Amino acid sequence: VIDRYRNFRTVASVGIALGVAAFILTLPPFTIRTTLIPIIFGLAGLALGLAALSRGERRLGGFAVAIGFLGTIGGLWAQGVDQDTLEAVITGGLVASTLRFATPLAYAAMGGIFSERSGVVNIGLEGMMLTGAFFAVWGSIWSGSWVVGVLTAMISGGLLALIHGVFSIHLRADQIVSGFAVNLLALGLTGYLYSSIYPDGTPTEKVDRVPTLEEAFGFLGWVPGADLSLLVWAMFLVVILSFVVLFKTPIGLRIRSVGEHPRAADTVGISVYGVRYAAVVTSGVLAALGGAFLSIGFTGRFAENMTSGRGYIALAAVIFGKWRPGWAFVATLLFGFGFALAIPLQREADISSNLISTLPYVLTLIAVAGVIGRSIPPAAVGRPYVKQ
Amino acid sequence: VTVTPPAPAPAPEIEETYSLRSTLYERSRGFFVPFAATVLAFFIGGLVVLITGHNPITAYRAIFEGAGFNWPYQWLTGQDTTASGRDLQQTLRAATPLILAALAVAFSFRCGLFNIGGQGQYWVGFIFALLVGTHLEGTPRPLHVTLCILAGILGGAFWGGIAGFLRATVGAHEVITTIMLNWIAIYVGKWLFELDGPLQGAAPSLPRSEIINDSAILWIIWNPYLHAGILIAIVVLFIYTLLLNRTTLGYEVRAVGFNAEAARYSGIGVRKNYFLALAISGAFAGLAGTVDLVGVKHAVDQSDFDTNFVAFTAIAVALLGRNTAVGIFFAGLLFAGLSVGTSSRNLDPEIFEPALATDLATMIQALVIFFVGADLLIVYIWRLRRHLRLQRAQPAEEPAPS
Repeated sequence: VIDRYRNFRTVASVGIALGVAAFILTLPPFTIRTTLIPIIFGLAGLALGLAALSRGERRLGGFAVAIGFLGTIGGLWAQGVDQDTLEAVITGGLVASTLRFATPLAYAAMGGIFSERSGVVNIGLEGMMLTGAFFAVWGSIWSGSWVVGVLTAMISGGLLALIHGVFSIHLRADQIVSGFAVNLLALGLTGYLYSSIYPDGTPTEKVDRVPTLEEAFGFLGWVPGADLSLLVWAMFLVVILSFVVLFKTPIGLRIRSVGEHPRAADTVGISVYGVRYAAVVTSGVLAALGGAFLSIGFTGRFAENMTSGRGYIALAAVIFGKWRPGWAFVATLLFGFGFALAIPLQREADISSNLISTLPYVLTLIAVAGVIGRSIPPAAVGRPYVKQ
Repeated sequence: VTVTPPAPAPAPEIEETYSLRSTLYERSRGFFVPFAATVLAFFIGGLVVLITGHNPITAYRAIFEGAGFNWPYQWLTGQDTTASGRDLQQTLRAATPLILAALAVAFSFRCGLFNIGGQGQYWVGFIFALLVGTHLEGTPRPLHVTLCILAGILGGAFWGGIAGFLRATVGAHEVITTIMLNWIAIYVGKWLFELDGPLQGAAPSLPRSEIINDSAILWIIWNPYLHAGILIAIVVLFIYTLLLNRTTLGYEVRAVGFNAEAARYSGIGVRKNYFLALAISGAFAGLAGTVDLVGVKHAVDQSDFDTNFVAFTAIAVALLGRNTAVGIFFAGLLFAGLSVGTSSRNLDPEIFEPALATDLATMIQALVIFFVGADLLIVYIWRLRRHLRLQRAQPAEEPAPS
């Protein structure tokens, strides 16, 4: 029975892949200009989805049917669009742009995974990012060096996370409420500090920005993507490290056990509070790094509420990625793509920029709605632990 | 004569929590925790003001008077109340959507859900009501206002219902879906009223909506500012209490909120209630948007979507008000006063810059949420205080209060 079940999951997965291919193949750099391809691929995907659906693989099968259908429509639509327009939208820059948008999300999502794996919900990622973004600018101006900027961002994010930790671990406040308060506090605090330190709106001093790989290590200039910020490259390291730490080391085992069954972990001598504090502070530090990328790694300035919901999107990526670093990273790439696509689309396709701006949020909504049913959170997430 | 000193009090620690918490809730049904939380939040906010080089007492006093809270005193002592009356009207006017949107948060809280999507529901309700308000010319005023309100309720319920539907069917967490729906509503709103947008008003160079008909405008009950919305809010506060405590629906919603598993065993449809709770919750927020439209704004600028975050403040109102009608009323007044008192119109920049004050208000809201949520902290400080008092009492060899 299990074998058969697995079988139809594969069938459905192939169906999904075909549905996606139906659309992708009509776009640059492939740009196949025949209506046959999207119809064949899309309908094949749809058929496989139906087959899986009829054998009881409802979720993946349904997904394959939907993707097959959308892929066909999308492919046929792309046939009707002028090739130059397509090439202007789908460019090599799109990959770099996707990475740039995904980077802050990925940092925050890794932070979210650490916190939630240890059993503490962290809605406060948004606020920790915002704090990081502000203190990165402040530190960078104060010292004239981006290194200090990044460090002050990490410290501020860690401190804010510590507040969240105290309230949700020791004081056993509702973790969602506490996280929400963290966001509000960060919004007020950064706004307050920004307008009292820089009363004219924008700082006059030069903000030292994080260099690109090429600027930092000239001999690496030949690497594709050498014009990306060092923080983008560091993000890859953080994702890999998160995976290794969580799943290949005793520390990770402790974090996960505290998140799944704190009582059992306590019984074998693991300090539940200690692990949770460490995980929450780590999450704040990482989220602040994401914020630092937004300010001194990307735009070079700070604006009030500049994170505009990215922390929550990162949280959605955590859920979408089933609390696993690799999958969560894939999810942030998806959302980053949504942000990145919006720019050339509104330039080329004459769609209102406001309407296009809903794209990442709609994508997140669909992703959360489509996947969460199979996504099982750590068992003890959101529950304060009472020592006995 | 020697007085035996009392046994040294044990170090204040938070021990067995169940009884502690239940007694706390018993006490907090009154006034204690929210009040202490507010005082603590204002105290820490004052510290921030002090650190950044201002006098917190004059700053708070200026905010207090800017909110018109000195009106009762002036009125009783027969002073000139023109200025303070206007300030108080603005505060009451600002409190109206806050109270209504806070009911949205509170209602979902009672079902164990956290609806952060009040802002989106507010806007969808607003836009629905705007559509009715700008059409149906020649409708008698009571009918037109009623229709606007119904449309707004429907719009809010629709937007909240999406999150409820997703929670009920696929289990998508409402915190994330409602936030995404917020951003979608905000950007769709900006799109509708942008230049050449589908609902842009008659002025071709202004990203602004049409103004609603005169027949859709709410009555003014206290010249020049205060409209009848505050009365609507008070009525809705009663409806909220009745709905929760005197109807089957309210009973089921609360049962799910207390313990969804137990509710399921006793035959209550948990999913149905999740949907209903978020839809009704959205209706409250939609009503908040409608009252703002027919009472104050009469139209909407595109920039309003970037600056209006009334439903986020409302979350603090609901938490501070402990989800009760009375609590929400007073918490709404407090936060409305805070925002009116810190607005650039009412706060003397000589005393405290309004730009700073607005962010100070946000910070105080955040601190209030922290402290109300962490009732254990309040108890801890309360005990620490008693502990310190005992310690102080010892060297002087005074009998400690038993």
